[in-house]
Amino acid sequence: MDVHEYQAKEILSGFGVEVPPGALAYSPEQAAYRARELGGDKWVVKAQVHAGGRGKAGGVKLCDSDHAIQEACEGMFGRKLVTHQTGPEGKGIYRVYVEAAVPIEREFYLGLVMDRSSQRVMIVASAEGGMEIEEISAEKPDSIVRSTVEPAVGLQDFQAREIAFELGIEPGLVSQVVRTLQGCYRAFSELDATMVEINPLVVTGDDRVIALDAKMTFDYNALFRHPQISELRDKSQEDPRESRAADRGLSYVGLDGNIGCIVNGAGLAMATMDTIMLAGGEPANFLDIGGGATPERVTKAFRLVMSDKNVQAVLVNIFAGINRCDWVAEGVVQALNEVQVDVPVIARLAGTNVEEGQKILSKSGLPIIRASTLMEAAERAVVAWQNDLTQATRMRAVK
Amino acid sequence: MSILLDRDTRVIVQGITGRMARFHTKDMLEYGTNVVGGVVPGKGGQKVEGVPVFDTVKEAVTATGAEASLVFVPPPFAADSIMEAADGGIRYCVCITDGIPAGDMIRVKRYMMRYPRERRMVLTGPNCAGTISPGKALLGIMPGHIYLPGNVGIVGRSGTLGYEAAAQLKELGLGVSTSVGIGGDPINGSSFKDILERFENDADTDVICMIGEIGGPQEAEAADYIRDHVTKPVVAYVAGLTAPKGRTMGHAGAIISAFGESASEKVEILENVGVTVAENPAVIGKTVAEVMGKAA
Repeated sequence: MDVHEYQAKEILSGFGVEVPPGALAYSPEQAAYRARELGGDKWVVKAQVHAGGRGKAGGVKLCDSDHAIQEACEGMFGRKLVTHQTGPEGKGIYRVYVEAAVPIEREFYLGLVMDRSSQRVMIVASAEGGMEIEEISAEKPDSIVRSTVEPAVGLQDFQAREIAFELGIEPGLVSQVVRTLQGCYRAFSELDATMVEINPLVVTGDDRVIALDAKMTFDYNALFRHPQISELRDKSQEDPRESRAADRGLSYVGLDGNIGCIVNGAGLAMATMDTIMLAGGEPANFLDIGGGATPERVTKAFRLVMSDKNVQAVLVNIFAGINRCDWVAEGVVQALNEVQVDVPVIARLAGTNVEEGQKILSKSGLPIIRASTLMEAAERAVVAWQNDLTQATRMRAVK
Repeated sequence: MSILLDRDTRVIVQGITGRMARFHTKDMLEYGTNVVGGVVPGKGGQKVEGVPVFDTVKEAVTATGAEASLVFVPPPFAADSIMEAADGGIRYCVCITDGIPAGDMIRVKRYMMRYPRERRMVLTGPNCAGTISPGKALLGIMPGHIYLPGNVGIVGRSGTLGYEAAAQLKELGLGVSTSVGIGGDPINGSSFKDILERFENDADTDVICMIGEIGGPQEAEAADYIRDHVTKPVVAYVAGLTAPKGRTMGHAGAIISAFGESASEKVEILENVGVTVAENPAVIGKTVAEVMGKAA
């Protein structure tokens, strides 16, 4: 789960990481007022969206007056910010963060991630601050410093010092960097984060080490023990269909194609999407309805898939193990009776009691196109989508 | 021979009194698995499907000589149960539970390191369908009837995609020595490489079928291992060609975040070390059959 920059900063500041003074605003007027409260004569207005790359996309503005702040805000509130991480639809701006501008001397990159090779938390740092880590690793891979943390004892000061010296931090500032690293690691492990990124971490003209930006991502599976983190969820930053699916215990990712997919199991769902592509179509979504394909779940899945207006055919692919095909078939029939589905439906059932399942589908009298293998299902879905319902019906007659 | 699990392996089920666990305990017993007990703290003395329930793993191991365990414990307590199994003398543990915090799994992996290699428990999962040695024993939730006994070793992340492969093999009259699910989580007990090593050393396995997906470094690590150590033919399929970067596709671990983690990159890496890659999931069985024809 992602949180906003201002939330990440508040969390990290609680763990001893120094951040610039700042305040949140929900309107241009409030932003100007907040700036006056903060004092000084230069401020940065930052759009709060769950995505990186805000600066280049116009989501971060340096301002030197009330008027400039209001103007910057008016260009943000209610708009969608499109960055290279948001996709073309962008993310809505409903909050801005106003910060006192900081005189920057040097910039660094600092990230903590779950490293899947060592199966430990890894600290990644570079003296090439301000650039994205992907750019740094592509263009200046030698500048990256890495260190993994032994989970039983946590990050040791010597490791943090090593990182600081490798980054070329002046000896007088090393202890501030150590404190920052320790704070980030403690926040990461105590709150079950999966990512902490400070980009840039800056050394100021007056010799302070400050987190100028901050990003944190938390482990969904651990939210049950961090209610204060769950409360930070901001649904305005999520794809509405994906949030609805998540609230119903389904795993859904919206894509750009026209063939909706309903599958049990994440691996099989990805494999189904791939097969659709090989057959010449484009999947409209990833959807894993989980192991127990109950009639209720299948119905919810149809509602969800049909809420995407681009869907022009639906492919159901269920490999029934413990949940038998006859039972899954009843679920599909029930769903089609309850949900208005005006596009061709292709069903491929496999596994336990497959014959009984097929019988239930054919007896239902519903216009379901049946397929016995995954490839066949994908090909029929593509044909049904490319042509029209009439052709799909004809195919059914042949079958 | 088969790997990890045999007809005689004595099995306990942790969390056996839960609805799912009861159901699958019955299923495993019917398949012929030697289930000798269960563990649920505070429910010692009860019986489930005719097998005794114990309060602790240690008690269960002492009373039954259990060697393997299946963890069905809910996510908040699952890591603790795995560590209890590791400490209680269990040699092989399968964790079915989906939704364990990654931080907990990091601690589990660290905890298991405290035992010397020869006494260290082997863990597969979490978030997997389990392990089956067809015709011998089943330690998990997969439908036993889709697997024929045979000489193909299967290892994969995904449950239902593994079923798909096994069913395709059965359709072609090909059987399986052992099928191991390593699970869809980012931090897992055993990697592809760990299981490949076992298949390479298993006299009953002649061909290995590896079913990967997007995300994580384990397919690429497996490719290095295959290049240097595996003499048996390997067939692979990698799911997620159409998956967009940076989005989690159902499995917590199925997210492309670095080079070598996309499906096409993994396919390329595997092909470069001589693995035969099935171009789509519908031809996994056929590809294995072709490779076996060539190998024979």
